[in-house]
Amino acid sequence: MRITTTVNGTEHEVDDVWAGESLLYVLRERMGLPGSKNACEQGECGSCTVYLDGEPVCACLVAAGQAIGREVTTVEGLATEGELHPVQEAFVEAGAVQCGFCTPGLLVAAHDLLERVPDPSDLEIREALAGNLCRCTGYEKILDAVRLAAARQARP
Amino acid sequence: MRGRSGHSGPSVSTDAGTRPATTATTTPGRIGDSPLRPDGTLKVTGEFAYASDLWHDDMVWGVTLRSPHPHARIRGIDITEALTVPGVTAVLTADDVPGENAFGLEHADQPVLAVEFVRYEGEPVALVAADHPETARRAAARIRVEYEVLPAVTDPRHAMDDDAPAVHRPGNLVRHLQLRRGDQSVTAPVVVSLDVEVGMQDQAFLGPESGLAVPAEDGGVDLYVATQWLHVDQRQMCLALGMPPEKVRLHLAGVGGAFGGREDLSVHVHASLLALRTGKPVKMSYSREESFFGHVHRHPAWLTYEFGAERDGTLVYARARVLLDGGAYASSTAAVVGNAGTLGLGPYRIPNVAVDAYGVFTNNPPCGAMRGFGCVQAAFAHEALMDELADAVGLDPVTVRQRNGMREGDRNITGQLIDSAAPVAELLQIVADLPLPPQRDADADLRALPGSVGNTTHGEGVVRGVGYAVTYKNIGFSEGFDDYSTARVRLEMTGGEAVATVHTAAAEVGQGLITVEQQICRTELGVERVVVHPKNTAVGSGGSTSASRQTYVTGGAVQAACVAVRDVVLARAAASLGREVSQLRLDGEKIVGASGEVLTGLAEVLGEDAVEETREYRHRPTHAIDPETGQGDAHVQFAFSAHRAVVDVDVELGLVKVVALDTAQDVGKAINPDAVVGQIHGGSAQGMGLALMEEIVVTDGHVRNPSFTDYLIPTILDMPPMQVKVLEYADPHAPYGVRGVGEPPTISSGPAVAAAVRAACGRPLRRVPIRPEHITGT
Repeated sequence: MRITTTVNGTEHEVDDVWAGESLLYVLRERMGLPGSKNACEQGECGSCTVYLDGEPVCACLVAAGQAIGREVTTVEGLATEGELHPVQEAFVEAGAVQCGFCTPGLLVAAHDLLERVPDPSDLEIREALAGNLCRCTGYEKILDAVRLAAARQARP
Repeated sequence: MRGRSGHSGPSVSTDAGTRPATTATTTPGRIGDSPLRPDGTLKVTGEFAYASDLWHDDMVWGVTLRSPHPHARIRGIDITEALTVPGVTAVLTADDVPGENAFGLEHADQPVLAVEFVRYEGEPVALVAADHPETARRAAARIRVEYEVLPAVTDPRHAMDDDAPAVHRPGNLVRHLQLRRGDQSVTAPVVVSLDVEVGMQDQAFLGPESGLAVPAEDGGVDLYVATQWLHVDQRQMCLALGMPPEKVRLHLAGVGGAFGGREDLSVHVHASLLALRTGKPVKMSYSREESFFGHVHRHPAWLTYEFGAERDGTLVYARARVLLDGGAYASSTAAVVGNAGTLGLGPYRIPNVAVDAYGVFTNNPPCGAMRGFGCVQAAFAHEALMDELADAVGLDPVTVRQRNGMREGDRNITGQLIDSAAPVAELLQIVADLPLPPQRDADADLRALPGSVGNTTHGEGVVRGVGYAVTYKNIGFSEGFDDYSTARVRLEMTGGEAVATVHTAAAEVGQGLITVEQQICRTELGVERVVVHPKNTAVGSGGSTSASRQTYVTGGAVQAACVAVRDVVLARAAASLGREVSQLRLDGEKIVGASGEVLTGLAEVLGEDAVEETREYRHRPTHAIDPETGQGDAHVQFAFSAHRAVVDVDVELGLVKVVALDTAQDVGKAINPDAVVGQIHGGSAQGMGLALMEEIVVTDGHVRNPSFTDYLIPTILDMPPMQVKVLEYADPHAPYGVRGVGEPPTISSGPAVAAAVRAACGRPLRRVPIRPEHITGT
């Protein structure tokens, strides 16, 4: 199967895709974009969260064929022209990154939250990120990072 | 800030949850600062290469066929059909292991691929390499293994029975630690006792076991792998591959968390065997389900404890029996028994003690290292019993612990002198004095209630409870282990700038060791730019990233190598300046005199040369304990922490919402205060997880929940805000006064949560994780 998908603004075309492959597998193993992570590959951990036509999804639960002709944005597409997005910057500065395996998915989820809710309450942050598991941080500094990013975006 | 600290009072008490983020560009980044981690930007852009991200031209995929039975004899293996699957490049069994078909951290008792017997569900039996992972999986399913299912030992409480089948010869006992101290016939006016059971916890690191093995022209192999100790992996690989170390080169790939679960080998030998057989690079990466079978777990435990005390709550004696299920292979079980036995009564002064700790073989999943091992299990027992004692003598939980709390100068239950700070009473007082969360509003948001948006209660039936716990943990390897780290530091001018390069094999697993290595180099060499060399076996062992030891031991090695480099530089400067070395120091790329005057530049002294030195660092030796009495100086350092948990419990439905989880910990010296707090947050979360939700359910030797759907770890909705207070009572025996940080919070948080739930629902709750039916009694 041939898959043609726009990823981070660039059209990617890959051939010989087995129909059982997920969007996550195709991104990671065929398109050279391993930023989205494979912590559970069953939609429980959120480490593979990407935008599919602007909606955050678990790339592991999307069959590669479902992404044909659609637009995907991954963690690799959050920075623009070498400048980190404020959410990325905040994760580094707040110490929200330890092993970092959950980080790509959390960044997309937090990015999506702040697009929808520019000044979220702590409960709103917790609810929005409840589908993203982190094993290292206990989430405290992830909350700090999202608060910091929200504050920075409010006062650019 | 520099050099060894004396033993002085606490200098930092930070509520780092509200600490403002630092800015990268102006941070000097020496010890005591919190510079940003050097891999942070790569990790937020998706560019950081974790082991499962690796890719190589012409690579093939390896998969493992595992045993479906907890105990069986292998009658035969037929790989013919698997080999016919198009795309398959190799199928290997035990016959294809060129060296000794055995590996193991402490004892090489586990086959690389099963031969004759399988001893647990999930034991590797065969390997397949193919051009696509699905092809490899389908081919593996076509390997025909004829099993004769054998009776399995699945209840560790009966593993030592005379009629129990032997998992290994000569029997099912891995280790019995016997400890006797003081008067064995002493009695006391107040006696409390209990039985506690602790379930099997999983490390649940998010990055699955993965590696890429690349066959080399010299007939050897380069393995890029996520691990906790490159050199102990190398030793085991050499044995199994039948190759010398120079042909088995390991490189640390990006590690997605570890927590003890990467101490034992996973894909290492398997991927290398396939690479050597096919002549192609081989990638292996476990699915989450396979990961649950592909690494050891935290030992489940059965604990029987008794305290005797005076009427004022002062402990007179303690008796304890601890049983740990080691599963099918030894792994770290002996060391876990060592900790449970020597530390298993907690940070208390107890004059008369009898402890028996046992680790046994069963046909359950192998158990080994996980953060805080031995102490985590025991703390649920000694802390529950301390609350019982408080009730029995009419004291509150804080006072009874403070009354019995260990102090500097005491001897612990193995007779070892506690020769640096032991602030048990102070840590408890700090958490007790922290502000409590506000009482719940009558119209509280559902998300703040037990059951959350499940809409199970609007506050009716919800009772608040508060619980306390305190712990201590050994730092570094114990009982006579030669525990050391190696560091190589190089200083040179590059493009007009002084650059230090630090090379260790010590695994960075997310905790921030690479940041600490940079901070030490900046502090000792006075240069800003420090490059962390990729971690590999081209330098001597860095020891294990476990036992909370790396900042201490590898930190000590980096410091020693820096000092050696500095000595060379200053000696050269002294010779050219005609001054005494003792009058010179190195700062900001300058050679500075006694009164701070700049004498010459580092560039002038170094010229085109690089100065490079390699040093090993060993902590003070530890010693084996006496086999009859368990007495001896088993450990090198102890770290203390206390937690206070506040919970809201829906006592009708058995649902728990943790409202606050506050802690105080002595870290000796915070090399990187922000990273210290990050460790404490994460460790606290893992302890809470064991108290409330995390358990690998094993019935008849079969794992029932190998997925993140059914094995639950805390989410951001489960975690409460955490206040963290950090004490810095320097340990005069350790580099910079540091004390290990990573493990204590995982030990004291869970028992505090359990105590809080007990306080809310009024039930004894003698098993963790606590399930709803335990709370409701239904």
